[in-house]
Amino acid sequence: MTLFIEQCLNGLQFGLLLFLLAAGLTLVFGIMDLVNLAHGSLYMLGAYFAATFAAWTGSFVFGAVLAIVATLLVGMALEVIAMRRLYGRDHLDHVLGTFGLILFFDEAVRLIWGAGGLSLPVPAWLNRSIEILPGVQYSAYRFAIIIVTLAVAAFLYILVMRTRVGMLIRAGASNREMVGALGVNIKLLYTLVFGLGAALAGLAGMIQAPILTVQIGMGENILILAFVITVIGGIGSIRGAFVAALLVGFIDTLGRAFFPQILVELLGRQAGSTAAPALSSMMIYILMAVILIVKPQGLFSANSR
Amino acid sequence: MQKTLLAASAALLLAVSPAVSPAFAQQKSVKIGFVSTFSGPVASIGDDMRNAFELALDHMGRKMGGLPVEVIYEDDTLKPEVGKQKAEKLVESDKVDFVSGFIWSNVVYASYKPIVDAKTFLVIANAGETRLAGENCSPFIFSTAWTNDQNPIAVADYMNQKGVKSVYLIGPNYAAGKENLAGFKSAFKGQVIGEDYTTWPSQLDFSAELAKAKASKAEAVYMFYPGAAGVQFLNQYAQAGLKGSIPLYTTFSIDSLSLPRQKDAALGVISALQWAADLPNDANKKFVDDFKKKFGSEPSFYAAQSYDAAMLIGSAVAGVKGNLSDKAAVQKALEKADFKSVRGDFKFGSNHYPTQNFYMQEVVKVGDNYTQKTIATAEKNVPNPHAAKCSMK
Repeated sequence: MTLFIEQCLNGLQFGLLLFLLAAGLTLVFGIMDLVNLAHGSLYMLGAYFAATFAAWTGSFVFGAVLAIVATLLVGMALEVIAMRRLYGRDHLDHVLGTFGLILFFDEAVRLIWGAGGLSLPVPAWLNRSIEILPGVQYSAYRFAIIIVTLAVAAFLYILVMRTRVGMLIRAGASNREMVGALGVNIKLLYTLVFGLGAALAGLAGMIQAPILTVQIGMGENILILAFVITVIGGIGSIRGAFVAALLVGFIDTLGRAFFPQILVELLGRQAGSTAAPALSSMMIYILMAVILIVKPQGLFSANSR
Repeated sequence: MQKTLLAASAALLLAVSPAVSPAFAQQKSVKIGFVSTFSGPVASIGDDMRNAFELALDHMGRKMGGLPVEVIYEDDTLKPEVGKQKAEKLVESDKVDFVSGFIWSNVVYASYKPIVDAKTFLVIANAGETRLAGENCSPFIFSTAWTNDQNPIAVADYMNQKGVKSVYLIGPNYAAGKENLAGFKSAFKGQVIGEDYTTWPSQLDFSAELAKAKASKAEAVYMFYPGAAGVQFLNQYAQAGLKGSIPLYTTFSIDSLSLPRQKDAALGVISALQWAADLPNDANKKFVDDFKKKFGSEPSFYAAQSYDAAMLIGSAVAGVKGNLSDKAAVQKALEKADFKSVRGDFKFGSNHYPTQNFYMQEVVKVGDNYTQKTIATAEKNVPNPHAAKCSMK
């Protein structure tokens, strides 16, 4: 039972982290109609910035705040310099253009920080395990991630649902032309949204840095999951991204945790232990396929609302 | 006056004579293709191997058997299909005499066929795919490393000696991961309580597997995660509260490239290698000192194996006096392994894999630096376990 609770917490933590990445992606995709493969590069930059600033300032929290600001600025600069030229063009152009940006950022990071990668140590006050329920020990750092990401999700909810900027963002996701026709400065809105997405990706990278490593190409694998979440949740919907991220986080973690045992029982040790990793990594894609059959627009489509 | 003129022209003739003698007519240089990973998250391993290969060439005066050496480095980007293309390019259009390098078992297994079919010698500097030592062995394949199961067997033996009764295994779900854990299981006398294979190379979060290992109440955990994944695993092992409560054993997951990032998380972790930076022999001292001087970092075991690969190729080219067209003679010269290896005495078994010692190493902190210290010799003069399956055709 304690194992099950622990695995659920792992799933929750992983899902919330994916939400940070997917939220930025779905905003950019939904509002600006831009497929941004370079989102993973911003995630990587967040981690590199955090590791660098934390080493400079000697403080994990201070380094984290600086890193988020820095990725926000990089994101806004990126929008002004590169992304603007891609609006209104074919999705294939987006894919090609932003794929080029991935290569650019990977090489830039190699030039600046070297190929070896960095490390961002967990601060001492978080580098232990705590007893969150009687008998359930859990990593303090992962627990902190859950709290911080939940706070960010609440902040995003208020921003999108309760403020004027949020109203424009939602309007932009539903009907971009109309928002522009009503005299809203769509250029500025786009820069802000892209910067926000970048900052969220940077935050995700920074949070993940002490658990995983800070290395070139770290954003590419996780970006695939973020795209899956965007598709499942409905393009442009923050709420959809939240629900889908939790779904994917739980299914991925619990699948890895318990599915192999079930398969070993069913198929025997040899076949079961070989098939389990392949099948459990397939499950989220099966989920995506099922949801696309039932609801082709995703769970919470921004357009149909 | 005439005498000096004669003497001078004689000296001149002597100096140029090797270049005009018929044996050397067709061979102007030694061409070596080196396939490794030079981009992406594990580029640091490829760079380390290239550095060591270059250092070995420097130590040989950048000549083998009197011929200048040309090395063509190719990036496999960690993908088997790319490795195969690069191998084909090297043998077909560059017409290299030797191919070396290869970090990954799945990459070398996809790439070896075109090399061997072109009757080009392949000197593997890391990847330990067991089938290339056994049923798919070839007169053209040599290795300066090991097979995937050898080091884990050494660790298992050591754990048997220490009286460890139960273990939980975690490794990546690809050729090397499965062979590694299979090797461990073949030698471990206690109980294997559970084993997990994770998606490679995309899965980086091991929280689910670590929670299971903790709940299993195993006495020890054995894992295999090369490259950056080893850093992630050790960090998460510490954060999950397993460090200090369950001893961790590993192979190939801690090296001089990852250690500066693993730091405290790696302290006390024990692994087995056929080479160690502190091995007391002259070739190794020279290698380690010059490597540090030239590149400003400690060499990894990948580097040591690549250095040996270059030295082995150099010894063979010298052994046939640069006549590389006689393949049988080159094979004989390679089999002799007439070079000073950084691991001390070096000799090949019948399947062209080294017969060698294995050393247990523990991560210790010296001042502000983390390093691996040899704590025991686990096994001496171990022949490669797959030699019997190799018919060498």
